[in-house]
Amino acid sequence: MARFILGRLVKAALTLLAILVLNFFLIHAAPGDPAMIMMAETGSSDPQVLADMRARFGLDQSLPMQLALYIKGYLTLDMGWSFRRDVPVFDLIADRLPATLLLTMTAFAISLGLGVLAGALAARRQGGWGDTIISTVALLFYATPLFWMALMASLLFSVGLGWLPGFGYETVGANYTGLARMGDIALHLILPATTLGLFFTAVYARMTRASMLEVNRLDFVKTARAKGLRPSVITRRHVLRNALLPIITLAGLQAGQLVGGAVLTETVFAWPGIGRLMFEAIAQRDYNIILGVFFVSAALVLLFNLITDLLYMVVDPRIRLQS
Amino acid sequence: MSLLSVTNLTIALPKGADRPHAVKDISFDLNHGEMLCIVGESGSGKSMSANAVMGLLAEGLSVARGSITFDGQDLVRLSEAQMRTLRGRRIGMIFQEPLTALNPLMPVGRQIEEVFEAHGMLTPAARRDRVIDLLTEVGLPDPSASARAYPFQMSGGQRQRVVIAMALALEPAILIADEPTTALDVTTQAQILRLLDDLRRRHDMGVVFITHDLGVVADIADRVLVMQSGVIVEQGAASDVLLRPQHPYTQALLDAIPQLKGMTDDAPVPTAAPLLQVKGLHKQFRSGGGWLGGKPRVVTALDDISFDLQAGETIGIVGESGSGKSTLGRAIVRLQDVDRGQVLLNGRDMAALRGEALRHDRKRVQMIFQDPYSSLPPRQSIGKTLTEGQVAHGTPIAQARDRAAAILDRVGLDAGSMSRFPHEFSGGQRQRIGIARALVLDPELIVADEAVSALDVSVQAQVLDLLAGLKRDLNLSMLFITHDLRVAGQICDWLIVMQKGRIVETGDAARILNMPSSDYARGLLAALPGRDFETARAAARV
Repeated sequence: MARFILGRLVKAALTLLAILVLNFFLIHAAPGDPAMIMMAETGSSDPQVLADMRARFGLDQSLPMQLALYIKGYLTLDMGWSFRRDVPVFDLIADRLPATLLLTMTAFAISLGLGVLAGALAARRQGGWGDTIISTVALLFYATPLFWMALMASLLFSVGLGWLPGFGYETVGANYTGLARMGDIALHLILPATTLGLFFTAVYARMTRASMLEVNRLDFVKTARAKGLRPSVITRRHVLRNALLPIITLAGLQAGQLVGGAVLTETVFAWPGIGRLMFEAIAQRDYNIILGVFFVSAALVLLFNLITDLLYMVVDPRIRLQS
Repeated sequence: MSLLSVTNLTIALPKGADRPHAVKDISFDLNHGEMLCIVGESGSGKSMSANAVMGLLAEGLSVARGSITFDGQDLVRLSEAQMRTLRGRRIGMIFQEPLTALNPLMPVGRQIEEVFEAHGMLTPAARRDRVIDLLTEVGLPDPSASARAYPFQMSGGQRQRVVIAMALALEPAILIADEPTTALDVTTQAQILRLLDDLRRRHDMGVVFITHDLGVVADIADRVLVMQSGVIVEQGAASDVLLRPQHPYTQALLDAIPQLKGMTDDAPVPTAAPLLQVKGLHKQFRSGGGWLGGKPRVVTALDDISFDLQAGETIGIVGESGSGKSTLGRAIVRLQDVDRGQVLLNGRDMAALRGEALRHDRKRVQMIFQDPYSSLPPRQSIGKTLTEGQVAHGTPIAQARDRAAAILDRVGLDAGSMSRFPHEFSGGQRQRIGIARALVLDPELIVADEAVSALDVSVQAQVLDLLAGLKRDLNLSMLFITHDLRVAGQICDWLIVMQKGRIVETGDAARILNMPSSDYARGLLAALPGRDFETARAAARV
């Protein structure tokens, strides 16, 4: 087990290094360097200013030296400078990351919990009206585009009914503190998190249902019935546990999108997260931010892959004891 | 008074099935401490009768008429909740597939504890103690370690012992065993049968033992009940039914059991240039062990395998699961690469061929597979299946179709079968198609891997007859892989006995079956069910 984790960590570190190198060459593949771009935008053409700027950003060094500096920067949590906003990229990302993680993790929890529950209920009464309703609704959510769902939800619950705030992270100017602030944020969270989670709720529901129906047919379920166990115990202890194995794979995939997957939702609901930061950075060609976000997303994907594999080891003894 | 009494039981099939009733008007009794065997071929309704007693009929099936009396109540009329209090406590059940009958994610001890839990018996600590007792009773080594083990860490025989321990946990009055040894090797089967017999005597249980294997029946049954197409055609004391069968179907079943004897007709004489020469074949399988080290698991499937096969000869490769016999067959048809060694077919080394040369030479060795259900492409007509190989090797389609029709005729199917699909055929017919597919490319050698093992005994006899006829008429050369020594004796001139990747004995089939020289072959023969019965039946015939 320890050897497995160690091996995976080494692989993850190598992958991250590869991503850094890739990042670095992506910047240099773009025409001109950041100093030139900024100069062009300010309209200045003073060679001295350009040289100063290059020296300041280390652009006057040789390419291998620049690469070394770039990697060294990331190792010391220096992700470069946002020339647009004139702040370190790390600060920007560190500032926005909590909001995004709050949103995506809530959506993740909602979709996983609700999806598995709905799927299990549907499988329990296969062909009944409950199954029909759940399957139909799941198909609907599955097929509807996320941004449309976001707009409609905002229109209905915020503009129309006025039950929930339709945008933002908290009420601007209210200056809540403590519990009141948490409640305020939670209220703002409901619409974007639910909308973001709907698609995966549908996916989990459909998958859990199919997986449980498949496990239901296996011999050990018949063995469990022959013991005289109650159906609810059989479902929970024997069917669901086995049916959840493929769900873990899927959850790992969804978790990998925790940082990058909320761009649309954050934009529609004006959520001050990484997704919107990235959206703006793309529009403004702020390379360092884009690359920083790219790096953080990649790191989180690797982290969640590792967690998924560890989870498999916990749940499935065949993997735990054979590796 | 009998322990269990089934009266005029009729189970309805859903509309659209091939017959209205799965089981029709069956009546039988089971007494305390009695071993009652229900015999029949697939589809005879034997498993369904047992499931009805357990109240575990598959969805869409229901008892239409009749009663099942046990403990003074009619089980047919009990509610699901009432039935649940009987399951596991008063009636236990064992299933066919030990590999899948246990939850893969739960330690086996815990799965046995569940039986007590389901019926609210004992404290958790007492349950754990009982589990150890039970595992000891069914003969598992190191019971406390076994209790903590997961199913995948156990062999098939060990898992079946766990399932038996589970069924016995609450000392039920009735044990229903549905083909409990069919998926096991003969030596393991013999052990499990002995265990079951022991336990029912010790606990005075009535056992309903469902099987298709009359050899097993002969060894263990007190009474026998023969089923065909949902009705009981004959029942009575084991000795009566087996030695003096009244019903023609029972007679046919008994006649279809292959006799344990070798071929007596003259086998081909060894020549200087045998058709197939296998020389020093080695194969190891490794699993586990990552790039950071760690010990990989190494299994030696083939360990220095060498033998010759003459044109027109059939060699049987026999052994238990894990002996490497299937790997050998797959290596010879090149579905499996080997680590080293040669497979010389008419002097050309098949093991060394690569790419286009291999593709071209593949048709020289053809294979017949075990499972007639999964070995034919389901959405492809038989005609296509039988011609695509020929066309791939350059035969014009019209000529390929003519040849396919001729071969189909030879295996006993009419040319009209060409336009039909696999699901329209029975298991035996599909296996004939599998044979036709192998023959149609006019191979020099055929490898048959457990080609009749999945078939009912009467169908098995027909397919074996067909193979014997083909062998005679076409001078077929064949490698016949089987776990069944009786079947091997029917068709093989020469036998190779394998154990753990090595050849432990080779020789004339008749000689090995009568006077094996290795301990392993002797053990295999001794474990064969129904040997005493065979002698008795032979004596009764004279």
